Amino acid sequence: MLESEYQEQNRFFLNMGPQHPSTHGVLLIVLEMEGEYVLDPQPVLGFIHRMHEKMGESRPCPGFMPNTARMDYVCALPYNHGYVSLIERKVGIEVPKRAEYIRVITSELNRIASHLLWLGAYLLDLGAFTPILYGFDDREHILDILESVTGSRLTYCYYRFGGVYQDIDDKFVEATRAFIKRLRKRYTIYEKLVTKNIIFIKRTENIGIVSPDMALRYGITGPNLRGSGIAYDVRKNEPYSVYPEFDFEIPVGEQGDCLDRYMVRVREIEQSLRIIEQALDRLPDGPVRSKVPKNIKLSPGDCNFAVEAARGELSYYLVGDGTSTPYRLKVRVPSYSNLSCLPELGRGILLPDLVSILGSFDLVIPEMDR
Amino acid sequence: MKQYFSELYTGGKSLVEGLGVTIKALFMPIVTVQYPREEIDISPNYRGHIDLILDPEKNTYKCITCGMCEKSCPSDCIKVEGKKLEGEKKKTLVLFELDFTKCSLCGTCVEVCPVSALEYSQDYNLAAFSKEAFYFDILKRLEERKI
Amino acid sequence: METISILPPELIRMVIAVIIIITFLFVNAIMMGYAERKIAGHVQRRPGPMEVGSHGILQMIVDGVKLVAKELLIPFNVDRTLFRVAPLLSFTPVILPLLVIPFSEKLQARDLNLGLLFIVSMGAVNVMALLVGGWGSNNKYSMFGAMRAVAQAIAYEIPILLSMLAVILMCNTFSLKEIVGAQQKIWFVVLQPVAFLIYVIAGLAETNRAPFDLPEAESELTAGFHTEYSGMGFSLFFLGEYTNMFIVASVATVLFLGGWNGPNLPYGEYLGVVWFFLKVYFLLFLMIMVRWTYPRVRFDQLLNFAWKYLVPFSFVNLLITAVVVKL
Repeated sequence: MLESEYQEQNRFFLNMGPQHPSTHGVLLIVLEMEGEYVLDPQPVLGFIHRMHEKMGESRPCPGFMPNTARMDYVCALPYNHGYVSLIERKVGIEVPKRAEYIRVITSELNRIASHLLWLGAYLLDLGAFTPILYGFDDREHILDILESVTGSRLTYCYYRFGGVYQDIDDKFVEATRAFIKRLRKRYTIYEKLVTKNIIFIKRTENIGIVSPDMALRYGITGPNLRGSGIAYDVRKNEPYSVYPEFDFEIPVGEQGDCLDRYMVRVREIEQSLRIIEQALDRLPDGPVRSKVPKNIKLSPGDCNFAVEAARGELSYYLVGDGTSTPYRLKVRVPSYSNLSCLPELGRGILLPDLVSILGSFDLVIPEMDR
Repeated sequence: MKQYFSELYTGGKSLVEGLGVTIKALFMPIVTVQYPREEIDISPNYRGHIDLILDPEKNTYKCITCGMCEKSCPSDCIKVEGKKLEGEKKKTLVLFELDFTKCSLCGTCVEVCPVSALEYSQDYNLAAFSKEAFYFDILKRLEERKI
Repeated sequence: METISILPPELIRMVIAVIIIITFLFVNAIMMGYAERKIAGHVQRRPGPMEVGSHGILQMIVDGVKLVAKELLIPFNVDRTLFRVAPLLSFTPVILPLLVIPFSEKLQARDLNLGLLFIVSMGAVNVMALLVGGWGSNNKYSMFGAMRAVAQAIAYEIPILLSMLAVILMCNTFSLKEIVGAQQKIWFVVLQPVAFLIYVIAGLAETNRAPFDLPEAESELTAGFHTEYSGMGFSLFFLGEYTNMFIVASVATVLFLGGWNGPNLPYGEYLGVVWFFLKVYFLLFLMIMVRWTYPRVRFDQLLNFAWKYLVPFSFVNLLITAVVVKL
């Protein structure tokens, strides 16, 4: 259109720029707006591309471990888990039972931490300033527990090929049980302050409805897919590690609006607590690491492994060529597909609704750009 | 019409309950720590930058300058040099430098060492004015700790 | 109309009153700023400002010095007069309503017999300040923020007026002193709870406080009508906001909570101000708590709430009051 026609119709372009309080990272969304309504949001990625896949292809496979935690720093242990299980599947390494249980416990703790941070950040976008600090208070306990066993608070490098790096002790088990009890008591605070709040419900109900058909077309996974009514969880549909031994449910929403995605994540926290309790009760004894050859050679051929990260299905794909450096390492991250439905979803909505939708998708931009 | 009033009632009740939560939190004790004035203890498993272990019997390092840590570091931040002195069978350690600006605390060097000569330190409040302050001379740090 | 030869004692009294009120405004802003940060901190389980002075008492003074010392930026291509005038327009008219509010039986600068009408009209000048600030910034996003602020302010004027009218119907007077005097037996909040609630909510929206703070905390996109202001201009806008809050709370106290009425104190005619301040600061405490608890409403939901909920309720309330008073 001509510039003059544009101005007549009150249309203009707006940059929800790389630096913005609500995009949770460096994401540029170019909005074509008409008055208050967004006509066409186009995301522009790549501002934090750090070439992790190239690094995976240029150093021997044990050297990629720190990178896995840096891709999604909020929920790093499932990333560790995926990579370590990929190499174990490729080379054929057995993992002791105790190590598998420890992996499940720590991964689920990390999932709870990620959901608590998401809750706080989502409400911060909507304008409430206190729930984020309550969430961080709970999250601090998880970080202390995980620090006592892994040594880091955010970017964990704890799993190794064939098990985990260090064993857990009784203090860890006690602290985790105390944390579970504490978090169950804190549910009422979140419920009264957030879930039942009429202003919050008005900001999230019937907004950003993702139909099941749209979700399947774009490859959306994780709580976003479950919010639309499809009960797909990698832990149940393609089970890995020792998840088949645990009894937990998959929360599913009905409509696919922001409120459903919120409720799915809040109920997932409770399900993760159930898994951790069962794992702590049944924790077997034994070694935590099996013997692994010093130089791991990747035989020619490809291999794939999928795990359930906090944001969706995360899968690694490896092509080996006989040396210990992969020929190709690809990481399929959930946030990339989750964001891809934004141009269709964001047509003709108001700007505050766009902020609410972006928040409910739980995007972490560094994982998207790798 | 009925929905108008019921929404008003539930909405109002939820707002009052939310306010109750924050008013209750107003009187609860604080959970933060005034950091530079008070410090909390960190767990002994905390991973700071690496240090050479001081062998109490020989009062020196255990390192045999094999260079495995240097080779296996994914970020190339360790530099180890050994020199064979006159009359000694093994090499002596001359230089052990850690470029902490590149280290990602993965722990590969600690595990790969055949004699377990490295450990994690507990320094966490490191701050300096120049990049060069983070090129740690680990051998010098060991010399300072010798009895 | 008064003749030119105003008796000197009256003039001296007014001058002293104005000086006291302006000093009080600054002290109030400092105290409320400090109280807001401390309350926000404790609601979030953290201590708030603690470094400057013991428990952070001197924090607001230091902040004031910082704001005054900042460079007064004037962006390129703005209308210089309008840009500079907007903060003054926001801060100056808020002094005037404080002249008619009865702090206690004998502490009132001027008792106009149209006191309430005077206060309401001064509140309307604030809207103009927002518009001038937004237009004079030469920034399309500030303009959007200003237009939204004007729509919000206009929409919420009506419930304020209607709830005030309910009290006026009961007292037959606009003069604030007589309204307080009529509450010696029973406070009007007991007789008109709905009007009280509507007045407080609409007052929150008039002063652009959360959860209705779209014009100022537009962290979604634009930073509102005061994006381009730095240093003293910014602080004048905020002084204006805190004083507006004080005015809303004191009018609510005068109309509904019985003004300076309370258990008897010695020198009651002057020390009634203690009860007045207790009630006002209780309402301000509630306003601060509300800010830190609820998320923000969307703009169309805000206008929806005003037109579909507050206005019908206040009309019905007015009707019922009129019928009951007549009987």
